[in-house]
Amino acid sequence: MDPLHDMNLDAPHSMGTTIIGVSYDGGVVLGADSRTSTFSCWFRVISALPPPGMYVANRASDKITQLTENVYVCRSGSAADTQVVSDYVRYFLHQHTIQLGQPSTVKVAANLIRMLSYQNKNMLQAGLIVGGWDKYDGGQIYSVPLGGTILKQPFAIGGSGSSYLYGFMDQAWKEGMSKDEAEKLVVKAASLAMARDGASGGVIRTVIINADGVTRNFYPGDTHPLWHDELEAQNSLLDVLSSGGAACPEPMST
Amino acid sequence: MYCIEDRFLMSKCMPEWILTLEEQGWYPYVTGTSVIGIKYKDGILMAADTGGSYGSTLRYKSVERMKVIGKHSLLGASGEISDFQEILRYLDELILYDNMWDDGNSLGPKEIHNYLNRVMYNRRNKFNPLWNSLVLGGVKNGNKYLGVVTMLGAHYADNHVATGFGNHLAVPILRSEWKEGMSFEEAVKLLEKCLLVLLYRDRSSINKFQIAKITEEGATIYPAYSLKTFWGFSAFQNPGQFAEGTW
Repeated sequence: MDPLHDMNLDAPHSMGTTIIGVSYDGGVVLGADSRTSTFSCWFRVISALPPPGMYVANRASDKITQLTENVYVCRSGSAADTQVVSDYVRYFLHQHTIQLGQPSTVKVAANLIRMLSYQNKNMLQAGLIVGGWDKYDGGQIYSVPLGGTILKQPFAIGGSGSSYLYGFMDQAWKEGMSKDEAEKLVVKAASLAMARDGASGGVIRTVIINADGVTRNFYPGDTHPLWHDELEAQNSLLDVLSSGGAACPEPMST
Repeated sequence: MYCIEDRFLMSKCMPEWILTLEEQGWYPYVTGTSVIGIKYKDGILMAADTGGSYGSTLRYKSVERMKVIGKHSLLGASGEISDFQEILRYLDELILYDNMWDDGNSLGPKEIHNYLNRVMYNRRNKFNPLWNSLVLGGVKNGNKYLGVVTMLGAHYADNHVATGFGNHLAVPILRSEWKEGMSFEEAVKLLEKCLLVLLYRDRSSINKFQIAKITEEGATIYPAYSLKTFWGFSAFQNPGQFAEGTW
């Protein structure tokens, strides 16, 4: 009787990214990986398309996009859909700022994102995290997942890589972190997700927004900590052998 | 003569009444599970957990699925949260216009229930449903009212109602143990009994609930809280003892 039973309970599919937003006392830290992979296509097209979901089209994308001076959005899902939604919202907010005579609030930006996501829910594949700072409510994070729900949260995770972070964030996130603690958490989380999610990788970009302004940071792969089963990066095997670190294996005979 | 069997192609050129909603692109994404409502001595009590599931993931754990509507009603929703948020926007407008009459009258639960029924049924007829099951309860001029509207536009009112899994697990308990004129304490205990069963047996439920009350005086949504669960049955200790591999 209730259609909740008819639906495929495991329906929603993941999106090739890891995005994170964490608020702290005084602002927010937004973070994301930088991998854009090719989208799987259900047309039987005879052409030399790269295999679905397996080619890294861009290994250094910037998924944290500016909406206004004080509000940014982390994009996951279809690159095209999220670009066009954020373009529209940037345009609306620009006009809103002129009319208002002062910077837009984070809530308004998030609700515009929600409006577009909700009204076009059957066509869009966009999971967005809106983060920013305004003088009324300080740092705020709003989650706008598939479907166009809007939820204000102290921190938010999204994208396919986020599956690996639910447990981690449950344990590691604490109330009342400082700016540096918050950024360290974002970088650690993104790094862990990238270690396990094939659709996430590259560099970690963070954007810190507070009353003083906006700071962009860049953490390339060689600055991340090593996780389980990962090895220190080398220039060549020759260096490993010459440093005499690992025991040189004996040649096998028969 | 051509026969199009490729349903993807069909979805691009055939009317809505041939394709399932999923084929047209309508999926629920962030969903809430059961809502339960009962009448008691002073008014209506409603309960729901604060979970927002994303498929099988329990993704959001602080979603308020019950809201106060106007002066006399409470609305609880299960199903797609974004559609519930949109319904709240419609109701905001409805209540605003009602207040603007400034005539001392205000929309009661029966009227809100009817309005929601019209909205849900009309959307269903256009094959563009709001993916929710709604529980609408309230008190006006001493009259208690408790009703349900589903995503198909079906509606009914009763002394005790539930949505989703609650229909199967809570309603039988309520049919057996609900009685007229229960005190607040008795009613809360009864709801908690149902909530616990749902917690044990509904995969999408979480251990964080809210209870909401509406009486002639007004509405209260109590802060979220968790219930203690019981796992002390001796049968739970070593169920595979005499039948290795059993579950």
